[in-house]
Amino acid sequence: MNAFSPDITFDLAQSELRELNGALHKATGETNAKLWRVLNPNGRHALAAGVDAPLTIQVEGHVGYYCAGMNQQASIIIHGNAGVGVAENMMSGFVHVLGDASQAAGATAHGGMLRIDGNASARCGISMKGVDIIVKGSIGHMSAFMGQSGNLIVFGDAGEALGDSLYEAKLFVRGSVKSLGADCIEKELRDEHKKLLSDKLAAAGLSGSIDVSEFKRYGSARRLYNFHIDNVDAY
Amino acid sequence: MCGIVGIFLKDPKLEPELGQMLSSMLCVMTDRGPDSAGFAIYGTGAADHVKLSLRAVEGYDFEGLAHSLSVVVGGDPRLVVRASHAVIEVPADQEAAVRAALAAHHPEVAIVGTGARMEIFKEIGLPSAVAERFDLPKMSGTHGIGHTRMATESAVTTAGAHPFSTGADQCLVHNGSLSNHNDLRRQLKREGIAFATENDSEVAAGYLTWRMKNGATLGEALEAGLKDLDGFFTFVVGTESGFGVLRDPIACKPAVMAETDQYVAFASEYRALVNLPGIADARVFEPEPATVYFWDRAA
Repeated sequence: MNAFSPDITFDLAQSELRELNGALHKATGETNAKLWRVLNPNGRHALAAGVDAPLTIQVEGHVGYYCAGMNQQASIIIHGNAGVGVAENMMSGFVHVLGDASQAAGATAHGGMLRIDGNASARCGISMKGVDIIVKGSIGHMSAFMGQSGNLIVFGDAGEALGDSLYEAKLFVRGSVKSLGADCIEKELRDEHKKLLSDKLAAAGLSGSIDVSEFKRYGSARRLYNFHIDNVDAY
Repeated sequence: MCGIVGIFLKDPKLEPELGQMLSSMLCVMTDRGPDSAGFAIYGTGAADHVKLSLRAVEGYDFEGLAHSLSVVVGGDPRLVVRASHAVIEVPADQEAAVRAALAAHHPEVAIVGTGARMEIFKEIGLPSAVAERFDLPKMSGTHGIGHTRMATESAVTTAGAHPFSTGADQCLVHNGSLSNHNDLRRQLKREGIAFATENDSEVAAGYLTWRMKNGATLGEALEAGLKDLDGFFTFVVGTESGFGVLRDPIACKPAVMAETDQYVAFASEYRALVNLPGIADARVFEPEPATVYFWDRAA
């Protein structure tokens, strides 16, 4: 167990999930109840979804769907794997999955940072709108589909159709990319991008863990923004 | 939406617990499938004998049926009755004669599956009620698969419940929906495959049966299914020696696996695995799309 001395401990083998989520929704972070520990999550869905306070929440085990969904301000650390849609629609804060994440990690998230130490499955960062997602392992197919803004940084490989129908999200992959989706192209990794990567890795607590010049950058070719008859085959 | 589960034991010490483990997994999957439930258990089998899993109306006189078959098989076959189902065990070389006798004289009895070790039970109702009705928690075996159904493609009937038999000692459970099942059913009917329902999953089972009749291994049949089956699927396929898992290339339907020194387990959601022994230290992972997985007992 890590050296973490919680103000409040919720054991979900003893208490209902709704009781935990209700208490988290009432928390302001202005009292002494800032450090929370959750035991026995046992794959429950929507755990710590909708938190809007500067709390630190340590979850000791695997979680189900939509954990930390809609998160604002909170740091949510999952000591295990996360099910579908972890940190979906996050607005701000920091979500850290120490294991693997299932599909649609960080889907539609507007802000904050999602760090995944293992792999993420298909559709990682689908429709991302400003979140930073860092995956130390690899990501599955159709990741960053229709990504609008934010950064997806992958230490490993990417599956098929990376960045299909991409808007302005920036994608950085260090390993191989199985295939690029429609309108996604490789772009030059310039100094400004290396700085961006260094800054993001520092913010994720991963400074110096990797040579940022090893990444390749992918982005939108901007051919599909508006309907154009010449591009009809690509839609 | 449906829930599917499977467990394959590596450690024989757990075999008496198999039914209890599978039952617990099925009941957690009730929210994914409250309409009907079913399971296949691979227990003991006698050499040169085959088990026929039969289904009829509740209260059916299976004793009388077994007795009437004694003329065919030369002596009363071994019979275990469980509510609306019964398993009769007959010499393997008499299977065809028994099937013929059932078809000719007992159209009210459906053969749900056959095999040296496989037994199949399925009914409409909540998974907990189905498990209790067939006394699943007390069953033992080497491996088993199960299904909880939320019907989308066809009616809520016992015949539409999973697992579907795909051949001797083989069966299939499916989470998803196929979009080309009507067309495929017509083609398979022309190839001589019989169907009892309008259910899309039964077509997937029939498809695998047809492929294997034409010489494919189960692995090859599943690979071919990636091309010929259009729609969403996560399949778990039970075989005499273990089970296989296949997800469609898009992987819309969830799947999670857990492996320890004692077992390999599959479920639609991790929640269904949390009561398994040693789960806290299990390797938990998501099977890749469009990849055939098998866990087999070494022959």
